[in-house]
Amino acid sequence: MRDNPVLRIVAKIIIPVILLFALYVQFHGDFGPGGGFQAGVIFAAGFILYGLVFGTEALRNAIPPGLLRFVIALGLVLYAGVGATTMLLGSDYLAYGALAHDLIGGQHLGIFLVELGVGITVSAVIVTIFLAFAGRNDP
Amino acid sequence: MISAQLPALQVVVPLLAAPLCLVLHRPFAAWLLTFVVSGISLLVSVALLGQILEQGVIDYTFGGWAAPFGIAYHIDFANAYVLLIVTAISTVVSIFAKRSVASEIEAHSQGLFYTAWLLCLTGLLGITITGDAFNLFVFLEISSLSSYVLIAMGNDRKALTAAYQYLIMGTIGATFILIGIGLLYMLTGTLNMLDMAQRLVAVADSRTARTGFAFLTVGLGLKIALFPLHLWLPNAYAYAPSAVSAFLAATATKVAVYVLLRFMFSVFGIDFALGAMPLSTMLVVLGSVAVLSASTVAIFQHNLKRMLAYSSIAQIGYLVLGVSLATPAGLTATLLHLFNHALMKGALFLALGCIAWRLGSVRLGDLGGLGYRMPWTMGVFVIGGLSLIGLPLTAGFISKWYLVLAAVERGWWPVVLIIIAGSLLAVIYVWRVIETAYLGKTKEAVSGTEAPLSMLVPAWLLAIANLYFGMHTELSAGIASQAAMVLFGGQP
Repeated sequence: MRDNPVLRIVAKIIIPVILLFALYVQFHGDFGPGGGFQAGVIFAAGFILYGLVFGTEALRNAIPPGLLRFVIALGLVLYAGVGATTMLLGSDYLAYGALAHDLIGGQHLGIFLVELGVGITVSAVIVTIFLAFAGRNDP
Repeated sequence: MISAQLPALQVVVPLLAAPLCLVLHRPFAAWLLTFVVSGISLLVSVALLGQILEQGVIDYTFGGWAAPFGIAYHIDFANAYVLLIVTAISTVVSIFAKRSVASEIEAHSQGLFYTAWLLCLTGLLGITITGDAFNLFVFLEISSLSSYVLIAMGNDRKALTAAYQYLIMGTIGATFILIGIGLLYMLTGTLNMLDMAQRLVAVADSRTARTGFAFLTVGLGLKIALFPLHLWLPNAYAYAPSAVSAFLAATATKVAVYVLLRFMFSVFGIDFALGAMPLSTMLVVLGSVAVLSASTVAIFQHNLKRMLAYSSIAQIGYLVLGVSLATPAGLTATLLHLFNHALMKGALFLALGCIAWRLGSVRLGDLGGLGYRMPWTMGVFVIGGLSLIGLPLTAGFISKWYLVLAAVERGWWPVVLIIIAGSLLAVIYVWRVIETAYLGKTKEAVSGTEAPLSMLVPAWLLAIANLYFGMHTELSAGIASQAAMVLFGGQP
């Protein structure tokens, strides 16, 4: 597939759109359908398309496995960290109200950060799973 | 302020540590983090138990959502007691894990190994502490998935098949549990266990309730490895890394037994679980068969880890027999054995871990004369083995004593005979090892080959705990009887 110019060019055009759409689903989750998990999967789909068209080696160069591992951890730390922060602010775990001056603002911020954490971890995990299966025959 | 947050910290500390461990990645740093976090969890669970002793129960709500709607943690004697078992075992075994894991797992996977360990700890603690049925299922999946990973990391290639087998059986079990919880949710419209218990009273006599109960019992039976749903267990324990065998054998099935008790006594209530449903009869039959058949199979095993795994299935038989008695005394015996069995299996698996570290094998044939080459290691094995048999002055004796007394109280003499027969079978399989180690011929003349101190100390800690709790029962039996009273009180 790497030698097919149509595929390569279409992929190059479509990947940024996929990533952008993923961000839309992520951040619009507050007001419409969407959220961290769906956005994470769509975001990962962009990377997987890149891996399919340009090869897993190119994908590994784009995001090294060490970085992926870090990103997986980052999302979970972000999620659990929001909870820990509300605890440090004197509320119960994940009581978002403590994050801002008013309850609604705090809930907005809290859900935003938590969903971002979900999105980050899900996208990194999906790419990792893809690499684990696709790279089985690699040395 | 921190004392009010303890219920959340119990789960959050290992949960936050797991991604950090993934990032650290270096074997030593990952191990240190695991050990420190296990230690902190232990301190938290001790503090929680202290609070329970003072005020009875602790309620904690997440995100400021009140109890029946949001996720609530509800802690009483029963789960504080199980939390203590899980965190104590994780702490002791994690000391042991450093050298043992270094010899069994490649350096670049050790960071992942400890991450999985912390996730498994998170899951087990979460299952135990939560008062929400669906939250329980989520944590059950966290602990199960991470334990499949831990088992698959064994250095024998058969570990992969063992983990896969466990994955299939464990997933079927988890699905059954989920269907059971789903049916209960359908019937009561709530996932909070306290609320569910209250609403179930009115609708208990329905097919949905009975079906839900059946699904939950069978699913948990798989997780407990109750005969005849035990087939995943021998391979999983035999091929897992030594530290994992010790950790899981002493905690995972215990937590599953706790969940069964919680649903039977706190959610459905004893009248439904052991009265309206024929569970008591089933448990007494399955428990008896488990004790006799698994002990007999254990006698014929050559791989000692496999032998101990079959012995674990037999011990689960004792636990179930205690439940089937349907009396506070029987339940006390079960909860006490939960604690004591964690101590003895922990000690025995750690001793085997030391042997595996030195010999690279735990086959009976390779153990000739080991009692003189590794006297301290075999000392632990002997104490653990005696405790398993139930010799007086060991922890095993106390739990068997309570169990026999409870059976006599109900007048179930055949059960008493089965318990004694099981102990005699245990004498045979423990004696086989002791005979080989002390009276067998040494294969090669090697001297001074004891395991390193960082492995011997935790093994001896558990061995001494076996002796201590065999003589001082205030703590173990005291809390177990309190927990049994709480469960019998109907409300969690």
